[in-house]
Amino acid sequence: MIDAAMATVPKIRIRGLHKSFGEKVVLDGIDLDVQEGTSFVIIGGSGSGKSVLLRCILGLIEPDGGSIEIGGKDIVTASSRERSEMIGEIGMLFQNGALFDSLSVWENVAFGLLAPGKRERADRHPRLNRVEARKRAGEILMQVGLDPSVGDLSPAELSGGMQKRVGLARAIADQPEILFFDEPTTGLDPIMGAVIDGLIVDCVKRLGSTAIAITHDMASAQRIGDEAAMLYRGRLVWQGKASSLMDSGNEMVDQFTHGRREGPITMELRR
Amino acid sequence: MSAAVGIIRRIGRFVISAVEHAGGIALFAAEGLSNLVRPPYYLRVFGKAFFDTGFLSLPVVALTALFSGGVIALQSWTGFSQYHAQSAIANIVVLSVTRELGPVLAGLMVAGRVGAAMAAEIGTMRVTDQIDALTTLRTNPMKYLVTPRLVAGMVALPLLVVVADILGVAGGFTVAVVKLGFSPTSYITSTINSLKAEDVTVGLVKAGVFGFLIALMGCYYGYKSRGGAQGVGASTTSAVVSASILLLAFDYLLTDLFFAQ
Repeated sequence: MIDAAMATVPKIRIRGLHKSFGEKVVLDGIDLDVQEGTSFVIIGGSGSGKSVLLRCILGLIEPDGGSIEIGGKDIVTASSRERSEMIGEIGMLFQNGALFDSLSVWENVAFGLLAPGKRERADRHPRLNRVEARKRAGEILMQVGLDPSVGDLSPAELSGGMQKRVGLARAIADQPEILFFDEPTTGLDPIMGAVIDGLIVDCVKRLGSTAIAITHDMASAQRIGDEAAMLYRGRLVWQGKASSLMDSGNEMVDQFTHGRREGPITMELRR
Repeated sequence: MSAAVGIIRRIGRFVISAVEHAGGIALFAAEGLSNLVRPPYYLRVFGKAFFDTGFLSLPVVALTALFSGGVIALQSWTGFSQYHAQSAIANIVVLSVTRELGPVLAGLMVAGRVGAAMAAEIGTMRVTDQIDALTTLRTNPMKYLVTPRLVAGMVALPLLVVVADILGVAGGFTVAVVKLGFSPTSYITSTINSLKAEDVTVGLVKAGVFGFLIALMGCYYGYKSRGGAQGVGASTTSAVVSASILLLAFDYLLTDLFFAQ
């Protein structure tokens, strides 16, 4: 009975999320449930609030109102220590990789494994020393299709696609329960985009993680996602199966996915 | 009437903004320092910041001190020879270098070199999401980026000033002996007689304060960077300018505190 009840509790539950910057309303009452083990894709145009939503869930931006529950705990009202622990369960692949320039590739990948704040868990690798972490980083680099020798390079020596792979390796290194992907294929050629998507799907399945990806690349959205939603002017205007994105029956989604100029979505005048 | 109200409003806005800004810097400094008693400590980051601030600044500080010591000897000779007081040159050189020129010139050189580098590095990390990435990897950015640099500044600058003091005096000695015809023995004797432990100590205290201010401005403006490359450039400029002004203002305050009778 309890198990059945637990199974219905979403891994991430968002209710009435609001965020404004000055007079600009970016998130206007978002309600969203992401079930455990689901790969959820949020699509939407530039400036629609996708990144702000992700950063609110990560605790990097303080929302003006609403709740964000991760595993049943509200990150908005959590103490800074609890929040830090909750964020520790999330791996994040940033849009531009956000690799630390001053560290080598292997130090980037192993950063979370060497972090003094690492929480010990029986089903994860314990906190490692530098020699062990170097070896483990090599193994993780192989999982994302990179030779362990890449670990000795600096991030500046890598191509855009390799940087994304290293960013992915860093995100999955500590086997997080939740994975976030911010525009994972932006700036990549279509083949490399497909390779990164494939790696993301493999990693999510292998770790059994719950994933949220934000993108405006429709091919990527369909490859990565089980479920999808569209964000427009701070509201979720559609939610359904990612496989039905191209024939959703929703005018806004159809206009967006097919890239039509005419339709209900209009360009906002910037002030 | 309306023009006067407009001016008063502008002044009010400026004052409020300045107070807000100063408060922001004070809170930032307090958080950075409070991490000294709150582990974890990032010794590797401290080591790198100490190496960058201290060791890599040695050539520029050394050359500045050497030439400044020489210039003081020359200028004092020009002035004092009119009153047949050339014997005071060694005294003037050692006093100026240990009390003022050592800490101030080393501080200004380090502000230009290290303060700018700190602001640019942390600013770039801010605008490329690297600081957010630290947070997602269970690492407090203030503890990881700011506290080690503040400590490195406070420790490295006094050590640089010791070098600056020695080379400043050496510069004065070289000019006095080679160019002005002083006897090496009498110049050294005068220097030793004029050298006071209090002057050196106060110079080193000043250096510690200056090192903290330089690192604080570099970290603060870098951490608050916004808006890409242009924002990072503006932060770097603000860090160097504000560190230099604060350094000179605190130099006056500390001189007044320690030496005013």
